[in-house]
Amino acid sequence: MNNNLKTFTKGFIKENPILVLLLGCCPTLATTTSAINGMSMGLATTFVLIMSNLSISLLKNFIPDKVRIPCFIVVIASFVTVVQLVMQAYVPDIYETLGLFIPLIVVNCIVLGRAEAFASKNSVWPSILDGAGMGLGFTASLTVLGCLREILGSGSIFGWRFLPEDTDTILVFVLAPGAFIALGYVIAIVNHLKKSK
Amino acid sequence: MAKKESTLVNMLVSLLVITAVSGGVLGLVYGMTKDSIAQVEQKKNEKAIAEVLNTGVVIASFDIDTIDGLVYNLAYDNSNQLIGAAIKTFSGKGFGGKIELMVGVLENGTINKVSVLSQSETPGLGANMTNESFKGQFSGQHPNDFKLQVKKDGGDVDAITAATITSRAFSEAVKTACDGFEAHKSQFLKGGNSYE
Repeated sequence: MNNNLKTFTKGFIKENPILVLLLGCCPTLATTTSAINGMSMGLATTFVLIMSNLSISLLKNFIPDKVRIPCFIVVIASFVTVVQLVMQAYVPDIYETLGLFIPLIVVNCIVLGRAEAFASKNSVWPSILDGAGMGLGFTASLTVLGCLREILGSGSIFGWRFLPEDTDTILVFVLAPGAFIALGYVIAIVNHLKKSK
Repeated sequence: MAKKESTLVNMLVSLLVITAVSGGVLGLVYGMTKDSIAQVEQKKNEKAIAEVLNTGVVIASFDIDTIDGLVYNLAYDNSNQLIGAAIKTFSGKGFGGKIELMVGVLENGTINKVSVLSQSETPGLGANMTNESFKGQFSGQHPNDFKLQVKKDGGDVDAITAATITSRAFSEAVKTACDGFEAHKSQFLKGGNSYE
């Protein structure tokens, strides 16, 4: 059980996919323009991670080594399409803002990376935990980054504006360069915290 | 169960099974969500039409016409006089891709109101085009005395700060709608003769 717990929690800080492994930077930088976008993207990816880890750990003996990557991709792509359709039907507003980045979860290296590095070598339960841990770690970092950029760039948080309507905000933070700057600072802080431990 | 050897047959079978199952699952989910997705789209459309054609005149009937990729939702009063049209228009020149608008144009060519159907502009910048402070400036304007271009390009549209590209695309989409309406207006008039 202790091992399982470790499998689950390592995704948060020790092996956080974004802040430590630096995987999946493309959706991270692009979708964290606001807290709610970052969080939705994280949750969509978490769902795909858990489901693909689950299926791949079940299928691992059925899939011959030479065709494992195409098999993984088909499984992952199917779950992504499921997420896409469900979001389009039930949360159309979020679906619209995330738009292109939902189908791009297919090529998110975190998902394939976990399938290859973990789920194809472990049994079902640890694989689910690994997917959930990694996914929630990803969600947490995206939400933090989204909050930071939204507060600085738009003067609001989760869509609630705390500054008067016509106040000037630091616009660069909602643009692409701001994403790099914010991510850089968050990584620096996490590294500092890890070292001082 | 031992790991399968990478023989041709094994590879073919496993790929075939996986793709077949995936295909089946996707078909199932598509079938389950299809209706909701269509409903969401339609609701959005209806809401936008009602919003941009809200003039106080009772709309008795609607007609839908598609010309050159623009959808004209034509509204008539109970004597079949054209009240105006809610035109679904778009511009592909947005900063984040395609922008879709619903433009309400009255019978005399005046823009009644503009509503944003879909956009993927930058939040905090271009996405502010959904705010009344930007799109409101089009309400009540006639394209003859309100040039549908941003001020930078010699028009009358106040661009959003730091989002000129978005403002340009928005103006262009509105202009497409107005021009289209003007060009095809004669065929929209029923002249009191109902064919419904």
